[in-house]
Amino acid sequence: MMEKIQTDVAIVGAGGAGLRAAIALAEADPKLRISLISKVYPMRSHTCAAEGGAAGVIKPDDSMDLHFNDTVGGGDWLCDQDAVEYFIKEAPKELTQLEHWGCPWSREADGSVAVRPFGGMKIKRTWFAADKTGFHLLHTLFQTSLKYPSIQRFDEHYATDLLVDAGRCQGLTAIEMRSGQLRQFQAKAVIITTGGAGRMFPFTTNGAIKTGDGMAMAYRAGVSLKDMEFVQYHPTGLPNTGILLTEGCRGEGGILVNKHNYRYLQDYGMGPETPIGQPVLKTMELGPRDRLSQAFWHEQKKGNTVPTPWGDCVLLDMRHLGEKLIDERLPFVRELATSYLQKDPVHEPIPIRPVVHYMMGGIHTDINAATVLPGLFAAGECACVTINGANRLGSNSLTELLVFGKRAALSAVEYIGSGVTPNDAAITKQAERVQGRIRTLFEKSGGTESISGLRKEMTDSMEEHAGIYRTAEGLQSACAKIGELRLRYADIELHDKTNVYNTDLLQALELGAMLDCAEAVAVGALERKESRGAHQRLDFEARDDQNYLKHTLAHYHPNEPPRIEYLDVVITKSQPSVRDYSGAKK
Amino acid sequence: MSERQIQLEVLRYNPETDSEPRFQTYSVPCEAEWVVLDALNYVKDHLDTTLSYRWSCHMAVCGSCGMMINGEPTLSCKAFLRDYPDTIRVEPLVHFPIERDLVTVIDDFMEKLNRVKPYLIPKEARTIAEGEYRQSPAELKRFKQYTLCINCMLCYSACPEYGLIPDFIGPAAIALAHRYNSDSRDGGREQRQQVIATKEGVWECSFVGACSEVCPKHVDPAAALQQVKIASTVDWYKEHLMPWGKS
Amino acid sequence: MSRKPYVREVPKTTWYFRQGRYMRYMGREVTCIFVGAYALFLLVAIKRLSEGRAAYEAFLEGLSSPAGILFQVVTLIFVLYHATSWFNLTPKAMPVQRGEQFLPGGVIVGAHYAGWVVVSLVVLFLAGVF
Repeated sequence: MMEKIQTDVAIVGAGGAGLRAAIALAEADPKLRISLISKVYPMRSHTCAAEGGAAGVIKPDDSMDLHFNDTVGGGDWLCDQDAVEYFIKEAPKELTQLEHWGCPWSREADGSVAVRPFGGMKIKRTWFAADKTGFHLLHTLFQTSLKYPSIQRFDEHYATDLLVDAGRCQGLTAIEMRSGQLRQFQAKAVIITTGGAGRMFPFTTNGAIKTGDGMAMAYRAGVSLKDMEFVQYHPTGLPNTGILLTEGCRGEGGILVNKHNYRYLQDYGMGPETPIGQPVLKTMELGPRDRLSQAFWHEQKKGNTVPTPWGDCVLLDMRHLGEKLIDERLPFVRELATSYLQKDPVHEPIPIRPVVHYMMGGIHTDINAATVLPGLFAAGECACVTINGANRLGSNSLTELLVFGKRAALSAVEYIGSGVTPNDAAITKQAERVQGRIRTLFEKSGGTESISGLRKEMTDSMEEHAGIYRTAEGLQSACAKIGELRLRYADIELHDKTNVYNTDLLQALELGAMLDCAEAVAVGALERKESRGAHQRLDFEARDDQNYLKHTLAHYHPNEPPRIEYLDVVITKSQPSVRDYSGAKK
Repeated sequence: MSERQIQLEVLRYNPETDSEPRFQTYSVPCEAEWVVLDALNYVKDHLDTTLSYRWSCHMAVCGSCGMMINGEPTLSCKAFLRDYPDTIRVEPLVHFPIERDLVTVIDDFMEKLNRVKPYLIPKEARTIAEGEYRQSPAELKRFKQYTLCINCMLCYSACPEYGLIPDFIGPAAIALAHRYNSDSRDGGREQRQQVIATKEGVWECSFVGACSEVCPKHVDPAAALQQVKIASTVDWYKEHLMPWGKS
Repeated sequence: MSRKPYVREVPKTTWYFRQGRYMRYMGREVTCIFVGAYALFLLVAIKRLSEGRAAYEAFLEGLSSPAGILFQVVTLIFVLYHATSWFNLTPKAMPVQRGEQFLPGGVIVGAHYAGWVVVSLVVLFLAGVF
């Protein structure tokens, strides 16, 4: 007999967005039964790895309009502008709420919250807690969540499938990892907050857990994935490990140089050169991530990069910032570079190269964090509202998971107020089917494929063909490869037949999720015959607003590539124009 | 890239087939700059898919991958092979039950963390419209280091008191209580003192200091515990000796 | 259920042999035996004094014997170790914040040594050394 857990709202994923949603639910109605389900303990969630900060308008020289313009322009006009307006209005409130919950934001001398400059932002508006903002945000939320007895946590439970009946999402199944037992959660509403899928690439800042489980779960249940082809490369990753060095490095005044010690960004529409140590907002090193990563690619082609044992690099030079400032504002960066690369930024430039960082795309939701499937909501990186468009600005994502985590919770409360209840018989039958499928995977013998083998073929193909610059030819071969891997996936055999904490099984399920997401990325990229933000086609170099000022929607098919549809972008007050990051007229 | 052959002796335990843990040795070709976690991932991907362990961020911030490495509680993502001999022994963190292989049961910590009320209990309530609490950089600095705990459990593994007396609330949880007690915005100290200024709280600590030595984030929980001891001693004297003290 | 967590017992009497730092800790703890012994020794001295001049002089003579000297030297070493090891830990227990910065640990430890010197001088003064 499968254990059944009756709950009002089930949240899958206990990172920043999931915890924020859980707290919002508990505060909205203390009687609600909340199940917070995560494949890791909450403090292990990848929100903890975010470094630089969270954007929100708070200072007198800033305005909602400026944040709006930066975000929409940064996203190359693929953002839904009504969503951006809502996001920007809520952002300062959410960041202040975090402050009230104890988040140790860095401070000005007068005791107010300090802000730092960030890429693509015209005004300093990034709240930060040294260079561990995500870590502090996550732990503040997790610790605050302990106040609410109505939040029942199911740590180390791997969610496998949504249970859908009568066109409504009514729960999910999840494996309790310590016992290997499948549990059925019967819920009036489900919120997915499982983060991104960066592990489909070999070189990524993303932790091992970021395998797109939630995206794939919604996708397989019939909710489309939106704008998946927009994958953000962060320009400054450590070359050997992919460990992120925050944009705060450049915000504080770090510069990027090539092997000739030349600040090459000035050659890519982000000049003229600004004085060293006096960063100018929204130009040079404070340009947006997509532009910086693309500039690297060109420098590499020109042979201007620095060869290292880990591939071609450019140099991030922070020496002029001095030890005191680095220790105060970028201590984690110093620790990471010193231990993982044995290079101390106080004394030497750090070799870096672009690294896969963030999925702009995700589960298609509306401005209320609701999906097209009644009863299913999503927020955070796994979702695509979209406020990020074709390229997310640094420090918008931490704020996003707060704003839309809460929004998803409030939408769910409203939804269950209409009196929906799960249909026990129908979804139990479904859960049993899920159990049968997993048991088959678990018990099957004679398979010829290995998880790590398929995973490597997937990540290699994604890196080669779906990276910073793409072509039709490359993307076709990526699509063919992922399609082939999805078929070969059926021939996986698990060697671990133990129920308790079976990571072999989990890795197999994670691989399945990544393959589904990867296919949506590759097919979406192939079909989008233009260059916009993080999606750059060598065969279609210009942005094409005529045909592609639209969101891509990928619809799942169990054994064929996804069907692609398009949806108009919501434009309220900013018509598409040129993204200008030159400093000439500033 | 130079390769080096490492003998990785891993403590294995399968609760469904083993009556007790046993060591299994893997010979792993390693790159010079690898950490122990990279070697484990090599084993998982190429030699033995049945090996179970926790990991995620690979940058010493998620706190998942704490293990005993050559007898020392260590984050395996920060245990550089260059610092180890060619034979490396990897075991699950001591003082915790072994669920399987390198995976431990940490329910005890999660319960204790909950008990110390590790969240802000505001001294004075404030609405969002009123904006942020003012807190000077000096006030922030007072507790900042205690916010850096990643809950990796290394300190519990290093603490002999916790090993001998499982009721001891332990380093990380008490340090987090102290973090909130020391926050200028907080007014919940009295509630937390009832939990931590007790026998199974700070008074079980005999200041071995091992917790601080192994802490990968330099939180220095030992310092937090001693500070709580001194503060609660002062409380006691104020209460019992001062005529104007609280009764 | 297939769970069967395995509990590794901690050896109740020999745990401190498991790590060097535990041995160092036990070393620090053991010094208190010598601190206690010296306190007892002082009590014995006072008792002898109360028994009259002869008893006290016999006691003093005993102190000059090889065994007496050995006892005092060994005790001195352990008491010094006891004092320094605790002094060195004081910055953790009693951090002092001045403005934004904390006083360096060396200052706090140094203040303890300075206090020790002052107290010692006072004792020597009372004993009529100066």
